[in-house]
Amino acid sequence: MNKNPRPALFWFAVLNAVATFLLIGLGGLVTSHEAGMSVPDWPTSYGYNMFALPIRFWTGGAFFEHTHRLLASTVGFLTTVLAVWLWLKDPRKWMHWLGVAAFLLVLLQGILGGLRVDLKMASLGVFHGAIAQIFLVLVCSIALFTSRWWLNSDKEKQIAVPRGLRSHFLWVTILIFIQLLIAATMRHQHAGLSIPDFPLAYGKVWPDTSTTAIASYNEHRIEMNGENPITAFQVVLQMVHRLVAYTIFLGVAAAAMLARKKLGGGDALTKFAFVWLGLLTLQIILGAATIWTNKAADIATLHVMVGALALLIGSLWCIVAARRTRLAA
Amino acid sequence: MKKSLLLLSLGIISALQLASAGDITGTITLKGTAPAEREITPIKDDANCSAMYPGALPTTHFYVTDASGDLADVIVYLKGVPSASTGASADPVVMDQKGCLYTPTILAVQTGQKIIVKNSDPCVHNVHTLPAVNPEVNQVQMPGGADLTFTFDKPEPFLKFQCDVHKWMFAWVSVFDHPYFAVSGKDGKFTIKNVPPGKYTLEAAHRKLGTQDADIEVKADGASQNFTFEVK
Repeated sequence: MNKNPRPALFWFAVLNAVATFLLIGLGGLVTSHEAGMSVPDWPTSYGYNMFALPIRFWTGGAFFEHTHRLLASTVGFLTTVLAVWLWLKDPRKWMHWLGVAAFLLVLLQGILGGLRVDLKMASLGVFHGAIAQIFLVLVCSIALFTSRWWLNSDKEKQIAVPRGLRSHFLWVTILIFIQLLIAATMRHQHAGLSIPDFPLAYGKVWPDTSTTAIASYNEHRIEMNGENPITAFQVVLQMVHRLVAYTIFLGVAAAAMLARKKLGGGDALTKFAFVWLGLLTLQIILGAATIWTNKAADIATLHVMVGALALLIGSLWCIVAARRTRLAA
Repeated sequence: MKKSLLLLSLGIISALQLASAGDITGTITLKGTAPAEREITPIKDDANCSAMYPGALPTTHFYVTDASGDLADVIVYLKGVPSASTGASADPVVMDQKGCLYTPTILAVQTGQKIIVKNSDPCVHNVHTLPAVNPEVNQVQMPGGADLTFTFDKPEPFLKFQCDVHKWMFAWVSVFDHPYFAVSGKDGKFTIKNVPPGKYTLEAAHRKLGTQDADIEVKADGASQNFTFEVK
């Protein structure tokens, strides 16, 4: 089997991964600006061919929604080329199917995004957001698998990663994905901040969610952007999001410490684990800032993007650790 | 001939009913201190909309009161009355988009009554309804574009209209299957006209402050009922 690195294929996969990450950011901006329905038609935009919408209409929320559509089309095109390239040039059969999976996923993602607009189903936005995270992990994995480092690593001596350590990373990564699902559900309630203060919640460790309390919260909210009234469910959901965030942070901190203990401080996977910890620290700060800035769109979107990176790093760590262990066996 | 007699009889009955019908009047008052309204700062980020506000930006207006604490934008209506919508023949209600805001932001219509939405702005808007029981509609309206017409077949309180191009633009429409409702004015006063005599439950609903009920009896000379909402 010819496993010679193909730099052009690798850099193309990297380009696709970067574009996908930016697309998640732009999608985050669409939701942060409550602009998902600002262009009511799809695949046309205001009745125009999507690629020919006059620039004078790229204003307000429509700017975010329309540019999101254009970048999504670009990612769709890049992924299609990548899938064909992998099929034709990569000697590994499983990589052919990984390319096909990426193609099908980007297709599904585009249709979901379109249906969210055409069917006016806000709940589809949650799936759209969740699949975006999975797609990012997939295209970054493809970039990893086509890299020179990956293709040459079986020639080097590998140190196995203990099973307990791998399991720990895997569970924390799964928890991050669950947290992203909770976050997507929160964001697609279109109700703004259900709890406006942090670290307390309505001045308490656990907020009152009685009917009277919820009515009072709504009375005192002056929604700038016409957010829906908040409900007890949304208040509890944000509290769950906070608790899961603390759990993840502790889980990642423990992961980094365990990696240093089991693999040594100089190991690349240990360093990677500490990058993960740094990212989670930043993510907690951004989560707090999202509340302190009353959900400023740019801060909330950065919170989405760092969340996506946290899932990505956890996933790639697990993949690399599994491969190292297999090669060491 | 028979048809003409029937129509004449119906006309006389309706006229007699109208002659004996009375108006329900009252005033809505706000007690307590309402949260301060906020300047709509996101307007600054939109070149088209901010150009219409060379001076101060507009503010939100959830709690519209006069100096005496009289509360506007409260929808007052008879509750539990049989369906008797005359919406199909009622005059249309107009809602305008002007200065990147909806005017008015609170209104009430009957089922089948037309709501004409205008775009007086030099920029594009989308008019997006977010109902709970009626079908959701989302339409683009170009600057200078034709008016849009909306009707709703089912009663629904505070059905939201919003523009997703300009996220601060929203309005609420309550839909009734009878004509016995009114929206309190800037002086807090309301009048529900031509209510047939009888005992009713009158309800007042404010977007933020919830609802209040009162049992009333309407006589030939009408009835009066005030409501006081309190911010807790």
